Amino acid sequence: MNRNAIDLWVGIFVAMGIAAILFLALKVGNLVAFGNTPGYRLEAAFDNIGGLKLRAPVKAAGVVVGRVEKTRLDTKTYQAVVTMKIDNGYEFTTDTIASILTSGLLGEVYVGLDAGGDTKMLADGGTITKTQSGVVLEKLIGQFLFDKAAAGGTK
Amino acid sequence: MASVAENRAVHVLRRLGGVALGQLSRLGYSARFFVAVLRNTPEAFRRLHLTLREIYFSGVLSLVIILISGLFVGMVLALQGFDVLQRYGADQSLGVLVSLSLVRELGPVVAGLLFASRAGSAITAEIGLMKATEQLAAIEMMAVDPLARVVAPRFWGGVISMPLLAALFSTLGIFGAYLVGVRLIGIDAGAFWGNMEAAVDFRQDIVNGIIKSIVFGIAVSAIAVFEGYNAKPTAEGVSSATTRTVVTSSLAILALDFVLTVFMFRGVS
Repeated sequence: MNRNAIDLWVGIFVAMGIAAILFLALKVGNLVAFGNTPGYRLEAAFDNIGGLKLRAPVKAAGVVVGRVEKTRLDTKTYQAVVTMKIDNGYEFTTDTIASILTSGLLGEVYVGLDAGGDTKMLADGGTITKTQSGVVLEKLIGQFLFDKAAAGGTK
Repeated sequence: MASVAENRAVHVLRRLGGVALGQLSRLGYSARFFVAVLRNTPEAFRRLHLTLREIYFSGVLSLVIILISGLFVGMVLALQGFDVLQRYGADQSLGVLVSLSLVRELGPVVAGLLFASRAGSAITAEIGLMKATEQLAAIEMMAVDPLARVVAPRFWGGVISMPLLAALFSTLGIFGAYLVGVRLIGIDAGAFWGNMEAAVDFRQDIVNGIIKSIVFGIAVSAIAVFEGYNAKPTAEGVSSATTRTVVTSSLAILALDFVLTVFMFRGVS
């Protein structure tokens, strides 16, 4: 095997390897869409965010319009404050309702936005005041059992 | 009677101590050897054709086994994953399952194990045989440092090849899962790729996978050149050094993988 042939093969090998890394980065990891999409931030306070995770989608009418960037607990109101990064180009009215939703029974938890009828739009750093908390399954079951017991007692 | 038992106990202790001291000094020697190889790095890149030759031997010639293994691992993952996921009605997440397992774990680890047995053993056998046939001594006689001429290019050839091989393994695995999942079973192609793109994070998953494969490449190459360079210069010595390379580097890969995973994926929400 002479030197030129080795150079050629090594070149092919390295090119294939770099192509594979690029494929993983762009196609699998979707670097373009997640890296630095320009956007603005909105905040919303919920009584309970259930199983909401970082990078969970923010959807309006089922379309992904942003991602959850940060969740923290406000120690004054004891509410969960969710910071969302909304893609530029999507604007929401000031009376938008944000709710914590689950896709399917065991699916991912996401934030749903329902725009209202106001004419003013939320700007960067704005706060969504109308929120609806996530459904915690354990509480729901507890409620159900409690109702059952109450109904049984009156009989 | 008691003194016989005591003597035996002392003898056992002495043996144990001897083994422990031997292992410790071997560890110290291997660290010194590793530093010496690193110090000869400029030599490996000044005579680039030597390193390119080693990339050819340990990278290009490992391509066939890496690509075929990756394809089959991906296809099997897709079949097994589909079987479990469809019980929960989550068969749309097949792409997520396959890509995360490949990119995070199986790509670096399985490619590393294959690399250790395909290329690591070859490096050890070659250097060991050069030592047994006194070629290393001959090179040294010509005032050429065998660490610079023989060892450093092989080490760097392995270190450069390994991450590329792991990335190719993962890529072919995902392609194999696509063939089985989408073409054979009939999962929607959009769901397969879309869920994958949504779930795999570049920094968290792919960069960490590449870091893992670089670490494994360094470990396997260092062990391979060390065992070869310090093989007993006999046919038996070369064969046992080759065996040790495969065993030690496989164990090193698995242990390092655990440690790296603890650091990388601990407490990820």
